[in-house]
Amino acid sequence: MMRHVSQEAISELVRRLCLEANLRLPPDVKAALQRAWQTESFSTARWVLEQILRNAEIADRQGLPLCQDTGLVFCFVRLGRDVKLGGDLESAINEGVRAAYTSCALRASVLADPLRRDSNTGDNTPAITYVQITEGDTIEITVAVKGGGSENAGAVWMLTPATGPDEIIRMVAERVREQGGRWCPPGVIGVGVGGSMDRAALLAKVALLRPLDKPHGEPAWANLEQRLLESINATGVGPMGLGGTVTALGVHVEYQPCHMASMPVAVAFDCHAARHATGVL
Amino acid sequence: MMPADAALQIEVPCPRETIAALRAGQQVLLSGRVYTARDAAHARLLQAAKAGKEPPVPLEGEVIYYCGPTPAPPGHPIGSCGPTSAARMDPYLELTLSLGVVATIGKGNRSVQARRTIVQYKSAYLVAVGGTGALLAQRVTAARVVAYEDLGPEAIYELTLDRMPLLVAYDAAGGTIFAGEEPLQEGGQGGG
Repeated sequence: MMRHVSQEAISELVRRLCLEANLRLPPDVKAALQRAWQTESFSTARWVLEQILRNAEIADRQGLPLCQDTGLVFCFVRLGRDVKLGGDLESAINEGVRAAYTSCALRASVLADPLRRDSNTGDNTPAITYVQITEGDTIEITVAVKGGGSENAGAVWMLTPATGPDEIIRMVAERVREQGGRWCPPGVIGVGVGGSMDRAALLAKVALLRPLDKPHGEPAWANLEQRLLESINATGVGPMGLGGTVTALGVHVEYQPCHMASMPVAVAFDCHAARHATGVL
Repeated sequence: MMPADAALQIEVPCPRETIAALRAGQQVLLSGRVYTARDAAHARLLQAAKAGKEPPVPLEGEVIYYCGPTPAPPGHPIGSCGPTSAARMDPYLELTLSLGVVATIGKGNRSVQARRTIVQYKSAYLVAVGGTGALLAQRVTAARVVAYEDLGPEAIYELTLDRMPLLVAYDAAGGTIFAGEEPLQEGGQGGG
């Protein structure tokens, strides 16, 4: 039995999620920032964390975006196979993005031509959409809004198959050191291992969305996450790169099988707001 | 928490000497006029300079804030207005300082070349806390576009600030606040 879902319902959900993600800190991120403030010993770092927490209160109270960089919109869709769509999914998503970014004081940050750079699309479209077909008759959409600063910090490496966890940890920590405060730490770091060049990057991106209190389900991978977190926080980069003991609020790793000749590794960064919101139709 | 009485209150625009006296790590509460400019506005300033034209607003003694705000909601002078990454404006820093800009505000560290330019012009680079655009908006009392309106959020806005909280990140003596960076040699700690 197919369940019909209209274009309008999808657009409305995306609109609402764009606003929620831009205006309110996810609860797990807020809790992690409060823990960071409690454990951080550097005075400048504590001052930075206080500004960040006060910012979230003001944004919520006044209905202002947490950050002026209201991001590029990513939509991760889990589409039940028993859903009958009323039309084109990407069009419906972009309509929702357009509605959010033209009506409610969010900044349009998308340029139509990356080389000419002289024409803003005006409504922050197009979103970057990934669709996964699942069982059931519902659509789950997670909207992540990603600022340029954190997106620019990411990297993909095609390493030799002999590369082990120690080398991955060294490379990720070095990347964190190089990037300093540009990605607005302390945030979330996603690492994708395996797949292919493109899939490793997507795994890293998806890893950012996992709740902060939820380690990887397999002990060996959970252990890698823990070791990465310790190495990253040992860099001393700290909040906004101004020094401190908390550089990452969490590190998540996702993996999948890869070619025996390959070892793709990607790292994605999300800022201290780690903006995302999920809804189901 | 940094005690509020430790913060220096500075009114801008101001003479170069005021900025040259700042030292990395100091907290500043900045009031007065600043101009926003980010990537596209800097590209236009460069274009104008190459064509032998004056900048659209006089920049002598002024401060540039690397920022592209969100639109102002009803009843607010401005939307969220936090800093963007300063490093992207490094290729334009010498241009803006040579046009008379005394200091720049942004987030994140900058190139060694940019730090040398800051020392050479006896300037300073200050940081606001990135990702706190709603909080910083509380410190803006007025905002208006003064140039390049067609650039939307990348236009040059004149902002009037009331005690915006900043930290001095790079100073005229080569000092730095960033973790893992050394003071510049030519800065001459305590000397020149």
